[in-house]
Amino acid sequence: MNWTELDTWIVITGVLVCLACALPGAFLMLNRQSMLGDGISHAVLPGLAIAFLLTHSRDILPMVVGAVVAGVLTAVLTQAVQRFGQVESGAALGVVFCGLFATGLILIRVASDRVDLDADCVLYGSIETAVVDVARVPRVALISGGLFLVNALLTVLFYKELRLAAFDPALATTLGFNADAIRLGLTLVASVTTVLAFESVGSILVIAMLVVPAATASLLTSNLSRLLVTAMLFAAASAVLGHIGAITLPGFAGRLLGHPGLGATSSAAMMAVTAGILFLLVWVFSMWRDSHGRPQRSTPT
Amino acid sequence: MNSIESSHVPLVIRDLNVAYQTKVVVWDADFDAPPGKLVAIVGPNGAGKSTMLKAALGLIPIASGSVRFFGLPYEKARHRVAYVPQRETVDWDFPVSAVDVVAMGLYRRLGWCLPVRRKELDQARAALAKVGLSDYASRQISQLSGGQQQRVFLARALAQDADLYLMDEPFASVDAATERAIVDVLRELRSRGKTAVCVHHDLPTVPEYFDHVALLNMRVVSQGPVDKTFTAENLRKTYGARLTLLEEAAQAVERARVSAQHRATL
Repeated sequence: MNWTELDTWIVITGVLVCLACALPGAFLMLNRQSMLGDGISHAVLPGLAIAFLLTHSRDILPMVVGAVVAGVLTAVLTQAVQRFGQVESGAALGVVFCGLFATGLILIRVASDRVDLDADCVLYGSIETAVVDVARVPRVALISGGLFLVNALLTVLFYKELRLAAFDPALATTLGFNADAIRLGLTLVASVTTVLAFESVGSILVIAMLVVPAATASLLTSNLSRLLVTAMLFAAASAVLGHIGAITLPGFAGRLLGHPGLGATSSAAMMAVTAGILFLLVWVFSMWRDSHGRPQRSTPT
Repeated sequence: MNSIESSHVPLVIRDLNVAYQTKVVVWDADFDAPPGKLVAIVGPNGAGKSTMLKAALGLIPIASGSVRFFGLPYEKARHRVAYVPQRETVDWDFPVSAVDVVAMGLYRRLGWCLPVRRKELDQARAALAKVGLSDYASRQISQLSGGQQQRVFLARALAQDADLYLMDEPFASVDAATERAIVDVLRELRSRGKTAVCVHHDLPTVPEYFDHVALLNMRVVSQGPVDKTFTAENLRKTYGARLTLLEEAAQAVERARVSAQHRATL
């Protein structure tokens, strides 16, 4: 293994992005909206395209504004389809984000006649090239760091409100904490996080980090603040182990299979895979623990 | 009928209409909750009982009509009203403990962004003690029985220290100990001059537990003191001619008459 400064920055950026996603992801899970991140990451495409068509630039600001508008639209439209179309929430989200994503593809085709706005780039991002930067601290590391700090601050400030609105929206609203507004705020944060994060690491890692660390942590604890901390630990571990896996495993597998030419694979994808493997391990562990008579996480009596 | 603006009446509803899309659920409902009384709202399934409460609290939009709490719109009387939703409306696997849930009743007084402190947790524990759940404070809520969960909800309402308590089916599928505990709490509230309005399903217990009753089937068929209002005739008007229900109702009315005589002879 040949560790360079580049690897250090990839890991730092990866850890920060994963931490930033794990926090809103945990609350999305508690609101039973885990797949909203998936929906948003697709539905932002028309937002990006329209922002580009209006401003003729690929600056980060119009892109983020376009994406956030599309992200919030996804949440609002999903709720509307669910309520007025009387369909189940997963189906409502599917209808909305597929529709928006397809619209985005059409718009991008239109736009791409004039400029290079690459759908692949939006979808898969590339943490390896993103950290190659002239500045001492790569831009994506700064963005991810800022994102994590803002999300952490918002979680601490609105911990009580987020918990209340997720657990009992009716009570929240009667107490004067408008549950719809709080959930919309969470959606807003998830949209901004999704957009800023997938610019650097691609949507697969973002979706994985919104869902998997929270799901893993929920197997281990039934205390919300402990759940948040545990989710962050798993997120960070996925990033570190994922990158190490990405630069070592292909070479190892290559030697094993007699193809020594295999180089490193995508770090972002490997981080997502690692998160999945960690979930699997924890799931097996929790089943083993439950079958050995230790105090169980939930036993309705 | 009370004037809608009178500030001593906990809850006045006038000409309330609520519709889900094109389906009318509550139609021209008039309802009064007199101060210091325990009031039951009864009626067949789908009669709009829960809907009326939720609409009054602004949880679902009303098509027309007016609602006043202590003479004020809900937003101005929030601090005097506590709401207990149906138990099934929340996810009991949610990662919180019983005392955390009870402390939620104190969030309005805390305001935005301020964290729950030791003081709120102590108040929440005191409320749990009132419903007999002192030993369960730090239990994760999924480890409580259905009855205990209902008592956690009740404790949360008590922690709010309101003047009017609106409860959506507090007695639905609870054990005998919980039913007893809820009745005791309701009576204790009444003795302190508080008012409680409960959506209730079990007709036979209406005369025993409540002072007033409102019979609802889309509109309020009849309302008033239990001994005058809870009659076989009114129940037939509310429930239609369904035989088993009417038998049940007739028994309930008979029991109410006997217990009234019993009280009169004391």
